[in-house]
Parts: sequence; C-alpha cells; structure tokens
Amino acid sequence: MPGSISREQAAHVARLARLDLTDDELERYTEQLGAVLEHAADVEALELADVPPTTHPYPLANVLRDDVVRPGVDRDEVLAQAPAAEDGRFRVPPILGEAP
Amino acid sequence: MSSTETALGIAGGVRAGRRSARDVLEEHLERIEAREPELHAFNLVVADEARVAADEVDRRVAAGDDPGPLAGVPIALKDNLCTRGIPTTCSSRILEGWRPPYTATAVQRVVAAGAVVVGKTNLDEFAMGSSTENSAFGPTRNPHDPTRVPGGSSGGSAAAVAAGFAPLALGSDTGGSIRQPAALCGVVGVKPTYGLVSRYGLVAFASSLDQIGPFARTVADAAALFEVIAGHDPRDSTSIPGPPPEVSLALDEGVAGLRVGLLAELRDGIAPDVLARVDEAATALEAAGATVEVVSVPAVTYGLSAYYLIAPAEASSNLARYDGVRYGLRVDAADTAAMNAATREAGFGAEVKRRIMLGTYALSAGYYDAYYGKAQRVRTLITRDFARAYEQVDLLVSPATPTTAFPLGEKTSDPLSMYLSDVCTIPTNLAGHAAVSVPFGTGTDGLPVGVQLLAPAMGEARMFRAAAVLEAAAPAGEELR
Repeated sequence: MPGSISREQAAHVARLARLDLTDDELERYTEQLGAVLEHAADVEALELADVPPTTHPYPLANVLRDDVVRPGVDRDEVLAQAPAAEDGRFRVPPILGEAP
Repeated sequence: MSSTETALGIAGGVRAGRRSARDVLEEHLERIEAREPELHAFNLVVADEARVAADEVDRRVAAGDDPGPLAGVPIALKDNLCTRGIPTTCSSRILEGWRPPYTATAVQRVVAAGAVVVGKTNLDEFAMGSSTENSAFGPTRNPHDPTRVPGGSSGGSAAAVAAGFAPLALGSDTGGSIRQPAALCGVVGVKPTYGLVSRYGLVAFASSLDQIGPFARTVADAAALFEVIAGHDPRDSTSIPGPPPEVSLALDEGVAGLRVGLLAELRDGIAPDVLARVDEAATALEAAGATVEVVSVPAVTYGLSAYYLIAPAEASSNLARYDGVRYGLRVDAADTAAMNAATREAGFGAEVKRRIMLGTYALSAGYYDAYYGKAQRVRTLITRDFARAYEQVDLLVSPATPTTAFPLGEKTSDPLSMYLSDVCTIPTNLAGHAAVSVPFGTGTDGLPVGVQLLAPAMGEARMFRAAAVLEAAAPAGEELR
C-alpha cells in the first residue's frame, strides 16, 4: 500500500533525526506517518518529470553583502546562553565514545 | 469604547500630544490583567519594559520630536520573534529561558516607529499547528468563546488583538498561521508577499514559506503596520530589493473596475455557513463595482499534500540546530550524540517530533524523489496555475478557513484533521503570494467568519483596497462576550 511505513523504517528515521523516542511514540508515529504519506499519495502518483522544481518563490541568486568589517554579536552574551561553556568555547560531552 | 480604539487613532492622539502613551499603555495593561488569566494569549507580559518605552515616547513628543507612525501603540509579538534580552521560547521547552542576543528586524522597525511592545504571545510550538494547543505552556482560548480554539499557530497574537490587549500584533504565516487564527478570532490578518518582510530574527520553521505579517482590528491599521515592517533588509538574503508596495494611500480607492475570481477549488469541504459569507463578500465586491467570475486554479487541490512534505522537510533541517550545545535545554548523557538525542526527546513536543520524523523521512535516501522532489514540482504547478488565473482576474476570493472556531481538544488526537484546517491558506505560501483574511460576519454559531483575498506577488495595494471594501460591507458581528 502506498505510504505505509514499517516500525523499523520509523526507528531508522528517528535515529537519523537524533530523537530518542519511546516505544509508545515509535508506535504512534509509525501509524501517523503512514496516514500522512497515504494522503500524499496523490502527489506521489503525479507524472512530473518535465516540471522543474520550485525551491524558492522569489528567485534571487548570488546575494552578497559588502565585504566590510562590522561588529558581530557579543561573544560573552552568546556563551552565557550555553548549557556549558569554558575558556570562551562551548563545552560538550565526549564525541568519540571515550572520556578525555 | 477604548477596546475598539484603532492603532491609527492612538498614534494620531499621541503624536499630537492629546494623549499620553503611558495612559494608553495602562488602559491596555488593565484589560490584560482582567482577562489574560482566562485566555492565556501571552507567554510573557513585559509591563515594566513597556512603561519605560511608553514614557520615552511621551518624552519625545514633549521635546517636539515625532516618535513615528505607530507612536504609543501597544503591540504584541509572537514568541518566535527574537527580542534581545527578553526570553523567546517558541512555546517550546527546548528554548525555555533563552534570551536572544539580537532583535528581529521587524521588531526593530515597529519599535523605531514608536510602537510599545507589551509582551510575547503564545503559539503552537515552533509555529507547528492550527489551534495553539501544541504549546508547551498550555493553550490559548478564543476571546469570543473560551471553550473554542483561537486558531494557530499565531493564536496568542490573534486573541490578544481580538480581546483588546493590543490594537496590533505581529505573527508569522508558513501555511496560514496568521490568516487562520485571524479568521477564527474575527480580526484582520495579513500574509505579505514572500520576501517583503525580513525574516531576520524570526525563528525558522520552513524557510521558503515563512513570512512575518500584521494582525489588527481594522484594515487601515493592518496597512499601517504592513508599511512599517515591509522593505528590503540586507540581513535576509531572501529579502526583495527595491521599495515595497504602498498600500495606505490606495485604501479608499475602492474596487471599481477590478476583476475578482471566486476560487473554484476552495469550495468543497467548506461549511455551508462559511461559504455563504464568502458568496456575500463576492456580492459586496460586485456591488462596489468589481466584476466577479468563478476561476479555477486546479493544482491547489494538491496544496495540502505538497505542503505537508515541504514544510516538515525544511523544519527537520532547521530544527537540527536544537542539539543541547549552544543554547536552551541540555539533558546530560555519556557522549554528545546521546546528549543530542536525549535533549531533543525531552525538549520537543509531540507535534514537533511528528514533523521532524515526517520531514526526515521525506528527505531520506530512497524517498527524496518520490516525496520532497515531487512536492517541489507540485509547487511549480500551483504557481503556474495561479499565474494563469491572474491573467483573467486581479484578485481571488475564498474562505480563509473551512469552519468557524472549533472546540478545544476536537482535533488534537487526529493530526490529519488538524492539518486540513489550513487547506484554504496553504496555496498562497507555496506560491509566495500575498493574502489577507478579513472578518465578514459570523457563522450560524455566532462565531467570526474570515473571507480570504488572494493577490499575486507584490499585489498588496489592490488586496488592501478590496479588504477595505469588505470591511465596510461586513455584516455586523457579535460583540465580544
């Protein structure tokens, strides 16, 4: 059936999206995603190979600003919003699976 | 009665020194105090900051300065517009407590025009929803009937204007999030042409669809606010260069000679009482000198499907930035990847996760062409069909919503039924065009009905002209309970 997706597919998508879903959520989203994709079957069924895609409603290309030095946002103000910061940088847990 | 006082009336009085901005503010704060506990239009009321701003407006008037076209007018801001130093939550736990280090261009412009910010309004989390029930901080209620939703996602802004908390508000419209709540709350709501209002400082939902726009109780007030916020901004690379349309001067030009099309495809599935008001509106435009014919824009029937692939796809990409590293919530875990996933699981609500799942799926290997790619081609079809219609007519008219305001809880368990409430508004966003919802009488339940006027890109002047005609011809609505 067009649109329907499996729980395994949904779990894969959750991993891609970095969402640590519960079993209940996974079940619910599997079902609800299937329903939305089923609704989208009208679009999926269209033959549109010769229609160009629209990525943006107002086509502007190569929008550049003048290359001049100007003040950015204040670093300390930005770092003060971080869950953890140290020595002027954002602090995160280990990224390679072993403690530093 | 002061709750129906217009923004232009207030600004005129303040600029001329007949009224003080501080007195205007205190009247509005009193109304907020009286009804806000029941309605929950705001995530945050900034009374102290507003008093400082109002006093500054009065000081400037006393010194002989002109504070600007919105002098002393209280304004409410949707809580996805960044305000430096003032919390901006997007009604999400993941941003709770965040104070942006910069201010949105649209907000800077209204403040520079003399408006006084009274608070940040409630919304569906990250603007994803049509009822303001998807807020992490609880729903907003419709001022006309608190058992009903105000619409969404800018439900707090619509309710604030309808309840007299502020004569003006800003919202954002990605698939109808200004026009749909404006219709359900009986106020004017404008979705400007894509690129006319800078998106700098608007927290991104679906970047190729998002647009900031005005809420007001009158068409003239909405036009005045539109003119303040529209215009090129070098900080938004999608901002249209050149001057925006002038609309206020055109307001009383009427519609004689304009060709208006009744949009044929947006009639199926619309409640009969809403459709009756749309037909009355068309008759009113005809009586004012426009010609009216039925016009077909066939591809809009694919609008809902295309939108619910494109918007979640862009959202899933935009929302990747909420990773617990730089701002907002962090849920600790042994490594960064686990911290990201735990933070996002705890910080996002159900609808946001649903859209991220849908968008990630639509963009993932093997499905991109079938879903996201197809939807973007449908977007071209819709734009082409609109272009063909606008060879025949100057404006299109349709319902803004399929029904009047629905009861809280009615659609929360069935996402698809909630998505359907945006069916009339979505095509405009996909095409990047302009549209407005104008209050036009009530349904059989006594609740407001909104009639939508659609115009091609940069067609705001004729759109506002027709809106003013509809406003003058609107059947008397029910007074607020």
